[in-house]
Amino acid sequence: MPIGHYLVLSGLLFAIGTAGVFLRRNLITLLLSVEIMLNAVNLAFVAFGRVAGTNDGQIITFFVMTVAAAEAAVGLALVIGLFRHRESLNPEAFTSLKW
Amino acid sequence: MGSDALLFYTFAAITVIGALLVVIQKNPVYSVLSIIAAFFGLAGLYVLLEAPFVAVVQIIIYAGAIMVLFLFVVMLLNVPREDAAEWDRSHPLYRPMAVRIGAVLAILLALELGWALSLTTGLGVGVAEGADAMSSVQKLGEVLFTKYMFAFEVTSILIIVAMVGAVVLARKREE
Amino acid sequence: MSSLITTLTSPPYDGYIAYGIIVSIVFMGLQLMAAVMVYAERKVAAFMQQRYGPYLVGPKGLFQPIADIVKLFFKEELRPKAADAFLFSLAPIISVAAAYLAFAPIPFGAPTTFFGLLDEPMPLQVSDVNVAVLVIFAVASMGVYGIVLAGWASNSKYSLLGGLRSSAQMISYELAYGMALATVVMYANSLSLREIVDAQRGYFFEGTAFGFIPHWYIFPQFIGFFVFACAGVAETNRAPFDFPEAEQELVAGYHTEYSSMRFAMFFMAEYINMVTVSAVATDLYLGGWHGPFNIPAELGGGWIWFVIKLAFLLFVYLWLRWTLPRFRYDQLMSFGWKVLLPMATVNLILTAAGVLYFGL
Repeated sequence: MPIGHYLVLSGLLFAIGTAGVFLRRNLITLLLSVEIMLNAVNLAFVAFGRVAGTNDGQIITFFVMTVAAAEAAVGLALVIGLFRHRESLNPEAFTSLKW
Repeated sequence: MGSDALLFYTFAAITVIGALLVVIQKNPVYSVLSIIAAFFGLAGLYVLLEAPFVAVVQIIIYAGAIMVLFLFVVMLLNVPREDAAEWDRSHPLYRPMAVRIGAVLAILLALELGWALSLTTGLGVGVAEGADAMSSVQKLGEVLFTKYMFAFEVTSILIIVAMVGAVVLARKREE
Repeated sequence: MSSLITTLTSPPYDGYIAYGIIVSIVFMGLQLMAAVMVYAERKVAAFMQQRYGPYLVGPKGLFQPIADIVKLFFKEELRPKAADAFLFSLAPIISVAAAYLAFAPIPFGAPTTFFGLLDEPMPLQVSDVNVAVLVIFAVASMGVYGIVLAGWASNSKYSLLGGLRSSAQMISYELAYGMALATVVMYANSLSLREIVDAQRGYFFEGTAFGFIPHWYIFPQFIGFFVFACAGVAETNRAPFDFPEAEQELVAGYHTEYSSMRFAMFFMAEYINMVTVSAVATDLYLGGWHGPFNIPAELGGGWIWFVIKLAFLLFVYLWLRWTLPRFRYDQLMSFGWKVLLPMATVNLILTAAGVLYFGL
């Protein structure tokens, strides 16, 4: 398969993730869209690593996955704290710092 | 169509449809299940790229651990479905000026991307041509523990910090 | 007609047919094991409690599983009105699919040629991946979803609590499970289950007075085997770790609201998970299909030893259930995190030191 196909797929997934981050009004779906973006990047890394014939793409993928796990854990803990405070998961509800 | 191309399109379709369903659906539990389906599609793509270890690790870590965490949080918080009343005037898509500027910018971005891609050479290079795959786990381990040793150790510190941080942040405050 | 037979018995079609035979053997075998386990559980429980088990249906009660299946088939299929219909039906499907899928990378016999019908030997394994140990771990992680979705979709407080507790228990014990797996992988220097079994050929201390001890990994790795056994029993939600689904505790946990065939699927998934964990333990620690003497292929081959060891481990499962009282939930979680995980970690470090410095 030509690498252009993998890159287009990766770009498409990244675009879907970005659209989700901008359009959804639910903090958990927001975090899920961020995970989609990270996975799109992983796919691009592995595809490029395969073309170059090295291992480095796969290894960088591990680090991205680990960072995504850590970020998901802390992000969800924050969401739990926010929910306890305001009983809502809409990002519009947390605008007390707006002018 | 060769079997390789058929498999690629199947897994790509699963991934894209799963990701679209995540963004479109209102029920957060269904969103989590759709993203798990997308991860399975991605695992298939990794196997096609001759990286079986990354594929299995993706299922173990992402679909098996991180999404379970998401599912637990969704179920414990009893996250309500988004209903149409929230997509009201305050939503960015309904403000006229933002829509116009956004549409223009999106079209400009797509045009520029198309122009840049048409000038890029090497996009037709087959993934399997060129060099051989380095997919054995032993080689991965060797490179991980020699060349990327520092990143590995820092990642372990990062995980401990995240673990402690998550526990502290999610604790109930003693009043 | 005869030309069809000749094309079907020459490569590559005979490979496909042999593969189809292996897949159907594994599939039917697992279902048969589930039925056998239903009968064996009740008989073993009865003899341990000094009573007869089922003895009316068929000679010595051997047709009891058939009676059970017919009963479950004809029960009314209920669904609570407030339950989420799609997830309610999906949860048992995920459980059963994960249970069957986990058996795919497990080899249960040496490569055979099916009495010379094939040109080259074919391993008795549905799929020979070289990351087989990780695939088993991945599918075990998928099994959690069946339970947590069943608890959520039933929309009842007993189910939700039972589902969340059960899945929290499973993901906690997955850590110790993975560490025990990693220790064996380190010892055998390979992730492929077939190579791990092949490394357990022969005997320790060959040619000396102790030359009768087989080269199974349970002997150097008895701590690892203990950790794996506890984690495996907890993963399958069996006693003494079955707090989330015990009848006296949470009504029936995550499968409270299920009846008839959906309940039968959860039931079957639990027994097949037991078979899978026992099969993995046999392959990793008890030497797989190697035995004291080689059974020649005409009489069946190595898979007879595999089945014998598997049957012994399943008997140990039943023995544990009907002998030990069950853990309370907080005792269960603290055992998993504070006892089993440190034990597994220390075992890993000691094995790493042994492999590096003593070349074990």
